[in-house]
Amino acid sequence: MTEHIHTSPEDEHESAYSGLLVNDAHWAFGTDFEDPLAGVDTTIPDGVDAATLATYALMLGDDSLVMSHRISEWTSNAPDLEDDIALSNIALDLLGQARLLLARAAKADESIVPRLPEGSPAPPEDALAFFREAHQLRNVRLAELVNGDFAEATVRVLLFSVWRLALFERLRESRDHVLAAVAAKGVKELAYHRDYAARWFVTLAHGTDESRRRLLTAYDALWPLWPELFDTHPVEAAAAEAGVGVDPATVREAAEGVLDQVLAAADIERSEAPRRSGVLGRTGRDGMHGEPLSRMLAEMQSVARAHPMGQW
Amino acid sequence: MSRKAERARRVAERVTDPELPMLSLADLGVLRDVDVVGDSHVVVDITPTYSGCPAMAAMRDDLVRELTGAGFDTVEVRVSLHPAWTTDWITPAGRAALAAAGISPPGPAPSTSGPIPLSLLPTARQVRCPQCGSPATELVSEFGSTACKAQYRCTACLEPFDHVKEI
Repeated sequence: MTEHIHTSPEDEHESAYSGLLVNDAHWAFGTDFEDPLAGVDTTIPDGVDAATLATYALMLGDDSLVMSHRISEWTSNAPDLEDDIALSNIALDLLGQARLLLARAAKADESIVPRLPEGSPAPPEDALAFFREAHQLRNVRLAELVNGDFAEATVRVLLFSVWRLALFERLRESRDHVLAAVAAKGVKELAYHRDYAARWFVTLAHGTDESRRRLLTAYDALWPLWPELFDTHPVEAAAAEAGVGVDPATVREAAEGVLDQVLAAADIERSEAPRRSGVLGRTGRDGMHGEPLSRMLAEMQSVARAHPMGQW
Repeated sequence: MSRKAERARRVAERVTDPELPMLSLADLGVLRDVDVVGDSHVVVDITPTYSGCPAMAAMRDDLVRELTGAGFDTVEVRVSLHPAWTTDWITPAGRAALAAAGISPPGPAPSTSGPIPLSLLPTARQVRCPQCGSPATELVSEFGSTACKAQYRCTACLEPFDHVKEI
């Protein structure tokens, strides 16, 4: 991948590849990366432990990376074109958030970035996304489940965005300039995702017997992972203490208040399904994941891992 | 502002958005600052519209190409994340250009301070058809061909059209 394609001058106009890697100015996706945080003040605020800030940013970044990938799997598979585009747009927003958050994590503490061969053009956020094993990812388990039907996507996007929006509303006050800016931007995007999922939730609940049955099945299947979203990991506690992060336990009431509005409109009772336990108390934030994440990463990372020196 | 910086700004203002080519980056409100440091080093500040907007890389490349083409030696494009971009920054000229191209310009952006209220009904907007001017329009989808647009349909002339959604 590092070797450019050579053509003799006379066949240059014959080759579809000529110029691809030479002048990318007319391509929307260039072959070189810009630093997503270029020009942003990435100084670590006073009194904040760099490793704590990095791991905290990694947690939020991994949530959006994994959720984005799962939602992107809906592209060309949604029930109709409008929802295909809607889900793709939601995935794109989350991918943008992931990129900024992983870049922020790398900038705060370079030692968390996997080492790639000397001269690899992969930027740090890509090294984090494509060269970590499942047990190194810190995402909540709700994000990683294998996709189900459209009702499952609706419930998952609803639970995820209700929770994340409640977190981001508070994260706007972070003492870390980057996290505060990502949150301020993310709030606008997540509000849109939440309203989209909430409207579909109500629509499916009041649609046909079949749509309601499917919605309830998805809701009962995902609800056991809701409490994990509000567990306080020691890193989150330390980040909150330092004024850069938000303790998720403190937004539970706000998030459930919003969720209750949706459930009331859908005429659905709060689920009583018990929470899904971790393994010896360890859950997604500790790097304890289910098998689906390993499979997802195997697919997502295979090309980057096969070509660590690749230029895209 | 120095004369050089003014010239650099005029060049940078000409660069258009790759997905809304009727809009210059200045009209879109994405161009925050243009300055010339030293003899011929241009520093441009832009702000992303959406976190994952793939057009940002193209905007950066276009700025570098136009400015170096105008004779500046080096160009540095910086990204300002704060304050977050809002559609309120689209200029009146930009709104007119959108409408002329058949895209309905955004209304005032909703407030995003404090808790964001849940909205279970489709976003109520007074959207006029950019083709025939009729106010009889209906929402097809909150998500359009790009992250920044919603899809509408005019029930008078039956034409579909894009609406730049308010954020």
